[in-house]
Amino acid sequence: MTNASHEVAKGPHHASGAAPSALSAHSIVKRFPGVLANDSVDFDVLPGEVHTLLGENGAGKSTLAAMLCGLYQPDAGYITRNGERISLSSPRAGLQHGIAMVHQHFRLVERFTVAENVILGSRDLSYKLNRSELEDKVAAVAESYGLPIEPGATVGDLSVGQRQRVEIVKALYQGAEILLLDEPTAVLVPAEVEKLFENVHAMTKAGKSIVFISHKLGEVVEISDRVTVLRNGRVTGHVSGRGTTDTKELARLMVGRDIELTTQRASHATGHEVLQIRDLSLTVGGVSVLSDISFNVHAGEMVGIAGVAGNGQRELADTIAGLMSPTSGSIAISGSLTTDRGPIHARELGLAYVPEDRLGMGLVPSMSILDNLLLTRDRRVVVDRTTVRPEATRLIEQFEIKANGPDHMARKLSGGNAQKVLLARELSGGRTATKLLVVCSPTRGLDVGAIETVRALLDDARSAGQAILLISEDLDEVMSLSDRIFVLYRGSVVHETPGESAELATVGAAMAGLKPEGKS
Amino acid sequence: MNGNIWVLASADSVAIATTLILAALGALFTERAGVLNLGIEGILLTSAISSFLVADSSGSIWLGLIVGSLVGALLAGIHAVLSVVLRANQIVAGLALVIFGTGLANFLGKPAEGKTVTTLIKPLSFGPLSDIPLIGPIVFRQDPITYASIVIAIVSSLYLFRSRPGLELRATGDDPATVDAQGLSVASIRIRYTLFGGLLVGLGGSWLMLAQSAAWHQAATTNGVGWIALALVVFAGWRPMRLIFGAILFGFTLQLPFTLQAEQITFIPSALMQMLPYLATLIALIALSRPSTRNKLGAPKSLGIPFVRDER
Repeated sequence: MTNASHEVAKGPHHASGAAPSALSAHSIVKRFPGVLANDSVDFDVLPGEVHTLLGENGAGKSTLAAMLCGLYQPDAGYITRNGERISLSSPRAGLQHGIAMVHQHFRLVERFTVAENVILGSRDLSYKLNRSELEDKVAAVAESYGLPIEPGATVGDLSVGQRQRVEIVKALYQGAEILLLDEPTAVLVPAEVEKLFENVHAMTKAGKSIVFISHKLGEVVEISDRVTVLRNGRVTGHVSGRGTTDTKELARLMVGRDIELTTQRASHATGHEVLQIRDLSLTVGGVSVLSDISFNVHAGEMVGIAGVAGNGQRELADTIAGLMSPTSGSIAISGSLTTDRGPIHARELGLAYVPEDRLGMGLVPSMSILDNLLLTRDRRVVVDRTTVRPEATRLIEQFEIKANGPDHMARKLSGGNAQKVLLARELSGGRTATKLLVVCSPTRGLDVGAIETVRALLDDARSAGQAILLISEDLDEVMSLSDRIFVLYRGSVVHETPGESAELATVGAAMAGLKPEGKS
Repeated sequence: MNGNIWVLASADSVAIATTLILAALGALFTERAGVLNLGIEGILLTSAISSFLVADSSGSIWLGLIVGSLVGALLAGIHAVLSVVLRANQIVAGLALVIFGTGLANFLGKPAEGKTVTTLIKPLSFGPLSDIPLIGPIVFRQDPITYASIVIAIVSSLYLFRSRPGLELRATGDDPATVDAQGLSVASIRIRYTLFGGLLVGLGGSWLMLAQSAAWHQAATTNGVGWIALALVVFAGWRPMRLIFGAILFGFTLQLPFTLQAEQITFIPSALMQMLPYLATLIALIALSRPSTRNKLGAPKSLGIPFVRDER
């Protein structure tokens, strides 16, 4: 936190004599216990432009945005709106100044209709609600910005993209002139992202200002008029001009060093079949979660499962790991059936599992690294720490885990280091050498540096001949690492393609449930 | 079979339902805001004895009703402070309130044990209407609070589903973060409705005392009605209109043992009949503890979960 960044291009790059910016932050400082989240940050957005806040997780983007919309108050510094100093004591004050935030986790009541959600909190309504009148009003607002929504639909029935549109309409309905979009594409499939970008353009054309918060370089370059990069709570650079920006330069500003984001697919020969799945189906509570899934994973091969969250990925992983029993079909690891035999049997055949919920399912947060390691090592009654301790020390070194030693509590590790501990435990094998690794969203929530390390570890494991099943909602990750890609939609494999020739548009369409044309 | 007894029994059911409607409505408003107040039974008892003491010493039943209701709000206020301001575990806070309320009522009731109120809330008479066979005694011979309770329930339903504050109330119970993001104060909404809920429960307890029991007997006064009210909210799916019918049905079951005894129908042991409401409560609580059934029943999604604005 204290190390100053060297490439600071200080101050908003627009001259102060020009038209006043719609919203600016001046030397904002915000502290949280033990963290300096924002260290004299300057930021401004003009009417009708898209200004992006780019940074890793924990760089302070969301904190800054929260202060711009009134959710938090800065410890020092001030905010101006059209050149005038304002104080935002609450989100309501923010709305009164025409500033609205579209949160990453939607702030929508699922049981309510679209119209009810849009009007919730509006003060200018009469006491009595007239449903059809409100729905007409909401539809009219949506229409005027070319955002089609159905005001009478229940939000719980809508897709993620539609919900996001409801959030945007809500902000516009409340008279927002400045919209803060917090990681808006994180939950969208590519086709939805395109639609979102269209909506953003429609809004800027109408003179609205957009503050776009993201850590995805590609889309930032596509959508932004200007980019402000944050690292460790400080501004490390301002870049302007749409499409002219070099993603490598942005990545360097973000991370503070050069980084190679595209992992090469190692050229290698694949070995025998390690995982064999035949006609796997799973029904939970009368609902079909997985249907007729068949595929193999070979030694030295990485198979990627792409899909939007909730299309059966977690169940597929849990079933392979032996945590769930399939309704029909079979799973075999190295030729031995594991179906209905439970997780220990699968592990004894060489399965390693890195679940998505790394501190819930993967590690025990209140135990040390050593004890977490012991979970897969020792099954005797008396715990023998002395024999495993040297191994723990070695793994901490080998995987470059930032910890005080084997007794460091898992809860106190950062997300990236917790993931490394988990990978270290799983990849190093327990009672049996690891042959098959099932990983779910291995880089979710990690910063770019850790993502790089984790992907490299997976790549190494593949080169070492382990079979890897990579289940991830991060399409870029699946596309850049996998030898073969399967797209899961509503529990079925709807698309299959080799990794090298995979096309973003085709895979994205399959994820959205659209039939890819002429491909398979 | 004596038809008249059944008519009287039905009239009684409606009367017993009054406390249930008021107490359950109180719980419903509290829970719609996302606060689970298990202390209903304690509030009922304390407000019952308070109303008794005030009515007895002042000679005014109306003053008794008012004070009893306010005591209800006051006790709910304790729960509001514990669960909303201090974000305590609401189940623990609620159970503590039951114990506290019962103890307080016992303490206050010591001098009143066995005493009777001299003035009772009297049923209204609608002249010839009240004399219509069957319908007369059931519909036209109830006291004003009974009528009021049904009116309150109907108005509550309109308030919840047809008004702007009702929309905000429901949103607070389902998704407080959304309400917070709109700049509304979750804490203020939750405290207000917890207090209002306590007021209704207090009114129910006072009425039970001043119109039904007339004499103070600890334990015998409420007889677990507070717990049944909690179950009733679950069965009514947090909807006031359904709650009215549920209350009358529960009221009927509650008085059934007495009617059966009067009718000398003995093939069903009366103890078993008396058990029924509590069995229903048990089932309701089991249903409430399962997330899937909870959702199906329409429980407010954040029921019992303290709201904390997420820190980064």
